[in-house]
Amino acid sequence: MSEPVVEVLKASKTFGAGEGALAALQEIDLTIRAGEFVSLIGPSGCGKSTLLRLIGDLTPASTGEVRLNGKPAAQARRAREYGIVFQAPVLMEWRTVQRNVELPLEISGVARAERTERATAMLRLVELSDFAAKYPWQLSGGMQQRVAIARALAMDPALLLMDEPFGALDEMTRERLNLELMDIWRRTHTTVVFVTHSIPEAVFLSSRVAVMSARPGRITRLIDVDLPQPREAATRNEERYFELVTAVREALHQGGADEATAAAEGLGTGASTGEGEEDAAARIRAEGYA
Amino acid sequence: MTTPVPASAPAQGPTLLDAVRLRRQEAVTSGLSRRRRLLAVAVALVLFLLAWELFKWLGGDPWRLHGTVAGIQIDYEHVPPFQFALASDLALPHIWSILGAFPAPYQRFGDPTWLVLVGAATYTFKEAFVGFVIGAGLGLLLGIFFVRYRILEQAFSPYVVASQAVPLITIAPIIVIFFGNAWTSVSLIAAYLTFFPVTVAAMRGLRSADPRAFELFRSVAATDRQVLTKLQLPASVPYLFAGFRIAAAAAVVGAIIGELPNGLPDGVGGQILQASQYYVTGPERLWASIVVAAALGLVAVGLVWLAERLVTRGRYRSAEV
Repeated sequence: MSEPVVEVLKASKTFGAGEGALAALQEIDLTIRAGEFVSLIGPSGCGKSTLLRLIGDLTPASTGEVRLNGKPAAQARRAREYGIVFQAPVLMEWRTVQRNVELPLEISGVARAERTERATAMLRLVELSDFAAKYPWQLSGGMQQRVAIARALAMDPALLLMDEPFGALDEMTRERLNLELMDIWRRTHTTVVFVTHSIPEAVFLSSRVAVMSARPGRITRLIDVDLPQPREAATRNEERYFELVTAVREALHQGGADEATAAAEGLGTGASTGEGEEDAAARIRAEGYA
Repeated sequence: MTTPVPASAPAQGPTLLDAVRLRRQEAVTSGLSRRRRLLAVAVALVLFLLAWELFKWLGGDPWRLHGTVAGIQIDYEHVPPFQFALASDLALPHIWSILGAFPAPYQRFGDPTWLVLVGAATYTFKEAFVGFVIGAGLGLLLGIFFVRYRILEQAFSPYVVASQAVPLITIAPIIVIFFGNAWTSVSLIAAYLTFFPVTVAAMRGLRSADPRAFELFRSVAATDRQVLTKLQLPASVPYLFAGFRIAAAAAVVGAIIGELPNGLPDGVGGQILQASQYYVTGPERLWASIVVAAALGLVAVGLVWLAERLVTRGRYRSAEV
């Protein structure tokens, strides 16, 4: 078996303290090995985005440990060992496409010539070479998200974190980008952690699907997706694909049933622990950036 | 394409931002709508001048117009039906009297008034410009510090707000006492009026970036300085220019008012002071000075607008106040 890239060891995350404390994640254990494509799927408020942010050291774990490439997550982040893609492209509107892709390289102090070369290569990878000189607003939503992927891959990271990257796109674009992402994944051999709430998307892309449930957020099932590689449009017509979609759906509903039982027993908090925009904004302010 | 801008979470405690709200707008103005805007401005001016003369026609002093304009002999006499104190020739001169003041010699056998007023406007512009640069720089620095260190914002924002509540006319003499009777004092008075809108705009702009953009910078281990220079400052450009536009007009007002306690005769403020002292013998000269002061404000705001166009070149959406 290949090296573990991500190790989450009994990691919990609680927002707030005392009465109002929300247990977003409870004692998560997860190991992801090099070259895997792991989807985190679950209902809103199950903490899947929070788990992704723990892995990226964008928010610290309350208890437990997160390791990347054998290092504590904070150290790995400082060594720029992963790239991240959000639900929105989050491009800098004042920079051209090319300069957006160069941004992480620029921050890392990579020399200009190398920056240009890497960004050009990444834009070729996402097939946007012709748009290098354009500004983000001149691109469609799907193209903008491909720029965001190119930017995340610019540092040639061993790990790519994706937080519902295609969630804001229409179904057609989403399916096309899923195919493109498979192509990129095959070519770059990057390990991917992919947050989604789309069951077909999770099954189509992943080598493993981690099914989560809410209140408190935990992983209820790990499902191996044994569909043959490479995944292609035809994969979506295979019987095994439908079986796996059903399996993931049932696992999700199973988690939901647990949740209902918990609520009936008065254990549920009733409040959503979802990482909404406001949570993200509040957290970032708390961390002293803005 | 627009990226969804997340609603910012409510800030803790009162902030400067509550004072002013900036509104983001698409600033894609086509040539046609710009022409329409110019037309609207012209129509508004004509309507304003017509209302002015209508007011005088109804309640001013008797009209006695005799002379030739562009070769056409004009003989018009009219006794207004009412008598409004505000519509008299002393209170509200005819438009053509005010316009006539510009070519008239300023002093007997001297330069025409318009030349003197343009000279005064140039002098005041210099004061206002230096004041604007000082004030905008200070305002931006304050904004950066307030955003970076919330404790500073909480400690100082009541004083910053209070500084704007104190009438400038009471501050100006003190600045003159501190820094002497020179145009530099006037610039400092202008700066005093300039920094506030820039601080407010900077604070809003520096916080305007998508929260996920901050996470993106964190994910690549950006330093605080890189977050400031590569994310927060570029993101605040549209907000800053909105603040600069208000600040530019404020700098002109500050410079004109600043000239009054100084007794500096060289600027527009000096002209206004002098013209108001001799108002009874020539009311149109004060009105001419006011027209020049207003034009100076427009020029200042126009220059900021021009700078914004050059800097943003259509890359940014603009923030309107």
